[in-house]
Amino acid sequence: MPANFMPSAAEYFRFAPEIILTIVGTLVMILEAMTGDRDKSSLGYVSLLGLAAAMAAAVAANNDPGLAFQSMIIVDGFATFFRVLVLGVGMLTILVSTNYLSEAKANSGDFYALILFSVVGQSLMACANELIMIFIGIEISSIASYILAGYLRDDRRNNESALKYFLMGSFATAFLLYGVAWIYGLTGSTNLGEIRTVLSHGTAPTAMVGISAALMLVGLAFKVSAAPFQVWAPDVYQGSSAPISAFMSAGPKAAAFAVMVRVFYTSFDSISNQWEPVFWIMSLATMVIGNFAALQQRNIKRMLAYSSIAHAGYVMVAVTSHSAVGTAAVMFYLASYCLMNIGAFAVVTWMARDGEKFVEVDDFSGLAQKQPFVTAILTVLILSLVGVPLTGGFFGKFLVFKAAIDSHLMWLAILGLLNSAVAAYYYLRVLVVMYFREPGASTVNLPPVAGTLRVAMLVTTLGTIALGIFPGLILGFATQSSTLGK
Amino acid sequence: MNMGDHLLSWILFTPLLGMVVVLAVPSSNKYLVRWVANLAALASFLVSLQLVLRFDTHAAGFQFVERASWIASLGVNYSIGVDGISYLLVILTTALTLLSVLASWSEVEERLPAYYAMLLLLETGILGVFLSLDFFLFYVFWEAVLVPMYFLIGIWGGERRLYAALKFFLYTMTGSVLMLIGILILYFAHANQFGVRTFEIADLMRVQLPIAAERTVFWLLFLGFAVKVPMFPFHTWLPDAHTEAPTAGSVMLAGVLLKMGTYGFLRISLPLLPNASQDWGIVCILAVLSLIAILYGALVSLMQKDWKKLVAYSSVSHMGFITLGIFSLNVKGLTGAVIQQINHGISTGLLFLLVGIIYERRHTREIAEFGGVAHRMPNYAVVFAIAMLSSAGLPLLNGFVGEFTILQGAFEVNPWWAALAVPGIVLGAAYLLWLYQRTMLGELTNEKNRQLLDLNLREWAVVLPLVAAAFWIGIYPKPLFEIVEKPVAQIMDRLHRTELHQKEVQP
Repeated sequence: MPANFMPSAAEYFRFAPEIILTIVGTLVMILEAMTGDRDKSSLGYVSLLGLAAAMAAAVAANNDPGLAFQSMIIVDGFATFFRVLVLGVGMLTILVSTNYLSEAKANSGDFYALILFSVVGQSLMACANELIMIFIGIEISSIASYILAGYLRDDRRNNESALKYFLMGSFATAFLLYGVAWIYGLTGSTNLGEIRTVLSHGTAPTAMVGISAALMLVGLAFKVSAAPFQVWAPDVYQGSSAPISAFMSAGPKAAAFAVMVRVFYTSFDSISNQWEPVFWIMSLATMVIGNFAALQQRNIKRMLAYSSIAHAGYVMVAVTSHSAVGTAAVMFYLASYCLMNIGAFAVVTWMARDGEKFVEVDDFSGLAQKQPFVTAILTVLILSLVGVPLTGGFFGKFLVFKAAIDSHLMWLAILGLLNSAVAAYYYLRVLVVMYFREPGASTVNLPPVAGTLRVAMLVTTLGTIALGIFPGLILGFATQSSTLGK
Repeated sequence: MNMGDHLLSWILFTPLLGMVVVLAVPSSNKYLVRWVANLAALASFLVSLQLVLRFDTHAAGFQFVERASWIASLGVNYSIGVDGISYLLVILTTALTLLSVLASWSEVEERLPAYYAMLLLLETGILGVFLSLDFFLFYVFWEAVLVPMYFLIGIWGGERRLYAALKFFLYTMTGSVLMLIGILILYFAHANQFGVRTFEIADLMRVQLPIAAERTVFWLLFLGFAVKVPMFPFHTWLPDAHTEAPTAGSVMLAGVLLKMGTYGFLRISLPLLPNASQDWGIVCILAVLSLIAILYGALVSLMQKDWKKLVAYSSVSHMGFITLGIFSLNVKGLTGAVIQQINHGISTGLLFLLVGIIYERRHTREIAEFGGVAHRMPNYAVVFAIAMLSSAGLPLLNGFVGEFTILQGAFEVNPWWAALAVPGIVLGAAYLLWLYQRTMLGELTNEKNRQLLDLNLREWAVVLPLVAAAFWIGIYPKPLFEIVEKPVAQIMDRLHRTELHQKEVQP
């Protein structure tokens, strides 16, 4: 252990994104108190700037990768990728939210501050190299998300959603913490690398290591909504405001996958023969449950919730393949998933109106005749969710199943791909009603697509297409960073 | 414009450019939209005609090859080229697109720019499949074709269009995801054996798989291709899709889209998996499936009450001939299959166009609604007779050339195959002649048919090129055989070499 506990400047530099976000988040809360009854959209822009600055810091930090704060933080390509991803998710969420909040007369700095704090937690999860840091990151992210889920406090559904999310979430994190305690007892360390070293000696009792890994997996599976811990997701996504559903389905999930990959690929690498079969079953169950349940849904938020469970299943397939190729697939998939899912929720946000009155799939009837722009946006995003070539979603799936076949998970690949054909059915239903049905009451008095929302729609859609035509844009970086710094 | 070096890219992307232009035209001016769309399709056709001038029939291998790295880290290339097989299909595609676009002039009224955009997008997708030399690129185009076709059926189709569009999408999607697994197995096998990651079809040919693995890959690819052809028992999407699609959609579907499946067998299954393709068990299964398709398709056609559905089921029967030819695995069979691909495109395309012409006038396809139409539309009746006879395989018309060659090939392998396929031809003649008799001949009994007008100038322009092609191929097919000769010899060479190789190894 080093005698000097004072962190060096380089270490602060590696932690700069989180520092910046915390400062900006606090600043936004102070500004909120100072601005009184005025329009709070400007606070949204301040938050956007903060996120942009943090993103710049994250990219800059990657020029000097390494550990920080007694190896509690690690900055490597993998961490940077997920930091940039969750920061981007934060930015998109704010772009989607501003107009929605103004309409709900709930535009306030608190909201933006909570987003920023939640992103701090996720960013920390991305670069944590130590179980306690991971736990703290998850808690920071989750607590802010719990509040966000119930942000419209006069809305009954928001309250229900927040309470559900909070109760189940705390329960799941307790499992995680319990697992951390076990592994600390077994190895005497919470550092991922040190745990790996100890476990690779094979002296720790295998069964107990397995139990501690399982306990941690429960906590993480909850966060990524993998079966059988997915039950909360549809209720929470449906009950929360649409922009928040967009946020919860993207940022926390991506960060939790980052943690899952880092913990299991680093610390539990030596017992992979124990967890790989579990992941195999979980990924298949997640895909099947997500897709088949989504078939039944009439509410589009609920459908997207189940579909996001299914997507978690695809990512789990890549995690199961347990290889560098698999890691790169996880990274690429989550990037394209975040884009297309937030984009889809952005459209839902725009459509919902008046306390989210129009959230049935059928409410999109005849949209093609009334609003060609939004229809085109949603068409691209839906095709990407289906996994049609020349969209990011296609390459995501391609890389995932390529990784699976590379690791000889032939049946998982076959069953997963058949699942994606099932998924086409419910996604296409949205296209069907938009293009092939006559407009109904829901498409009377459609609002204009507000400036920031339009930006969010365009960014997600163009991003999805860009990833579909030039996957090399991020695939190269993902492949380089797929060997985790250990 | 210098197309010298990038001729195939020009062919591939001219429709896409056309699509952008069509979408840019103000949609309120329908007349302008139609003109622009027709000019775009004409431009694509003219560009592809350059190929006719410059294609060297006597050269072996691929011509006009273009290669550029697309996704370096995966080893995916943008690599395209043509040989005799794809050359014919490319010309067929651009020609049929042009005719389909022209045929849509007065049929489609709603959302015109989107309609033409989808047709042109479909053209690029299909051309991409035929031109790709990279398996990944092939797959991308293969899947991309689904989207415009889905919308063409779903938006501009008939009564049960939603059902048909969805069924089409789900069937083909399921088939192609399984194909993807086959592709990946080959990709990894190549990476393992040669240390190079590539999807180039020419490179993947070097892969040596154990026969069991090769069989697995064969069946995985088979599912992708067989759904598209469609082979029995994967054909059930076809009658629905055909019947509900707008005329142009049916023409493209029957004319070229189905050929993607048979092309897949020719370009990929046979050369890449020669051992599995020559596995006697597999060959027998495929031959039996083809024979079932031939007979079953013909019998079901015989019973149809719907004009368009009859033509649709006849496609199942005719495509059965093509797959039978392919899996005869000899020069005659393969040559016949390649030529029959083109012939089926011409004659079935023509039949669908003719059904579309009558549907536009009467808005019904019930065969019972017609009778004695020849009295009112004599020219139409003549053209329809030619189309029917060409489809039925009458000598001196195109259909005969292909089917006869296929039967020769099948006979060489097993006389029973030919013997069982011949009733298909007889039945084919029966359902077509019976259709003709019920619609064109006899007394004009239905009052509504008294107002029918004969072919107008535009409709003549649509049908004449195909009629001319039907006669030309029927009377003087030699150029066609010359074009096909080299690529077929190459496939045969590939099959023989592995056969020899096996014989050397076994004793």
